[in-house]
Amino acid sequence: MSSQQAEYILVLKKECPTCVLVEPVIAELRAAGRRLQIWSQDDPDFPANAGEVGDDRELQLSWRLGIETVPTVIRLDRDTERERTVGWDRNEWMRLFELDQLGADLPGFRPGCGSKSVEPGMPERLALKFGDISLQSRRIEIGEMEDPLESCFERGWSDGLPVVPPTEIRVVRMLAGTQRKPDEVLGLVPPDLQACTIEKVAINAVMAGCKPEYLPVVIAAVEACLIDEFCMHGLLATTWFSGPMVIVNGPIARAIGMNSGSNALGQGNRANATIGRALQLVIRNVGGGKPGGVDRATLGNPGKYTFCFAEDEENSCWESLAVQRGFEAGQSTVTLFAADGVQGVADQKSREPESLCRSLAASLLSVGHRKFAMLSDAFIVLSPEHQRVFAEANWSKQQVLARLTELTTRPGSQLMSGVDGIAEGMPDFLKDMDLPKFKPGGLNIVRAGGSAGLFSAIVGGWLASGEFGSSPVSKEIGV
Amino acid sequence: MTEIFLDPTSELNAAAKPLLPRLQSLAGKTIGLLDINKPRGNVLLDRLEQLFNEQGVAVKRYKKPTMTRVAPLAVKQQIASECDAVVEALAD
Repeated sequence: MSSQQAEYILVLKKECPTCVLVEPVIAELRAAGRRLQIWSQDDPDFPANAGEVGDDRELQLSWRLGIETVPTVIRLDRDTERERTVGWDRNEWMRLFELDQLGADLPGFRPGCGSKSVEPGMPERLALKFGDISLQSRRIEIGEMEDPLESCFERGWSDGLPVVPPTEIRVVRMLAGTQRKPDEVLGLVPPDLQACTIEKVAINAVMAGCKPEYLPVVIAAVEACLIDEFCMHGLLATTWFSGPMVIVNGPIARAIGMNSGSNALGQGNRANATIGRALQLVIRNVGGGKPGGVDRATLGNPGKYTFCFAEDEENSCWESLAVQRGFEAGQSTVTLFAADGVQGVADQKSREPESLCRSLAASLLSVGHRKFAMLSDAFIVLSPEHQRVFAEANWSKQQVLARLTELTTRPGSQLMSGVDGIAEGMPDFLKDMDLPKFKPGGLNIVRAGGSAGLFSAIVGGWLASGEFGSSPVSKEIGV
Repeated sequence: MTEIFLDPTSELNAAAKPLLPRLQSLAGKTIGLLDINKPRGNVLLDRLEQLFNEQGVAVKRYKKPTMTRVAPLAVKQQIASECDAVVEALAD
């Protein structure tokens, strides 16, 4: 094919010194009869005296052509791109334009500048304006005189704290955090059993304050809470304290900067705080689950705003919760537990596993009620200093759990209604049995926390555990 | 400039801000009557009070210090905490 039939597109901007440098080359190309379309990103009067210059200040063409650097020369073959070159490289331009001489007075090479279409925040704007992004959610117009944050409260979208207003651009940016399609349906969210799309998750993740890279974790958490064994509907509706606690395992926890160390269960880490909150906002907004509505909690607990942390796998002497639950060490997962609040356990004197197990067991018995057995599940969030006691004696996690099970198993006769002058208690038909505090598998241990403090946390769970109510569920975090 | 938000809900409800639920019945309810301090507002409210009383409905009276401004926060809070609904007598 001869170059006479080819056409060229040249995209540039005036604020780029390399684009200014190549200005005289354009005249040479015109003189040589090359059919050249020129588009300027910032000034349609630039380059001057270069014939017709297209105005691409809206950046539509630059976005459609995927321009990343200016100048960019694209060689077309019947409207189809054949090849392109970026910046000024005399030999490249001579080859592309099939000329023996070009820009003889210019230096041989100058790199280009960034295209205006790829400036920070711009690709999402352009994708929204010109692209095929199609967001299905209803658009809600906020009045000029309305405060955006107040309007979110007034519409009932908030958990009681301010939310980030879910503008289209923020949602588009959030969706860039996943490869999944916005219209993919994850399932039906209770209590209203409404279809939850990736798009709805993204909107609520925006409101919760998530960064886009957290979105895959939020999606996995939503998927996990929709697993039947988790019993999200009942968990929401119960008068008991519980709400979903999210434990993150695997490399993503570190990648997105989650806290598994000092104050892991507390405030101050954006990923911990907003991932747990996003899950709750999905339940609230997509599922329609609100306090006073289907959420009938007598007291609730502060974890119902957000309760999410990462396990400290790196420093642990044991396999992680995820590995224990059948995943590979390199997989990232979420595990959800129907959790109450945090109960502290102090033991600053035990240096032997047996003594520490006895301490933990004594506190574990109070989950739900000291006279209850096999009702709630529980997690122990074991601190580094407490785990060290077991590590130094080479106790495995299974050994610890087995010993705790023994130490928390009691004769039913001690737990009956009326015993100890307490009307509350287990039913009479269990009187002659030994009753473990927790159902098999109902007690779990994860490691988290700061390096100082011989304290651990017990997180008790919903009185309705196992098949009767909720079991912990895990889900791999995708992309 | 107006802002556009994407609806985070399942869109079961109208996009507009919802009104508070209306009373289904006046039985056992307390109705506030708010005089905005415009002339003859009391005439309307006195008559309403009489009609409510005939139906055995409890009535409480409130008054704004001036019709030119929105009700002071304390008045709004008092009405909200003491009444199930409020009737406001607007204009002359």
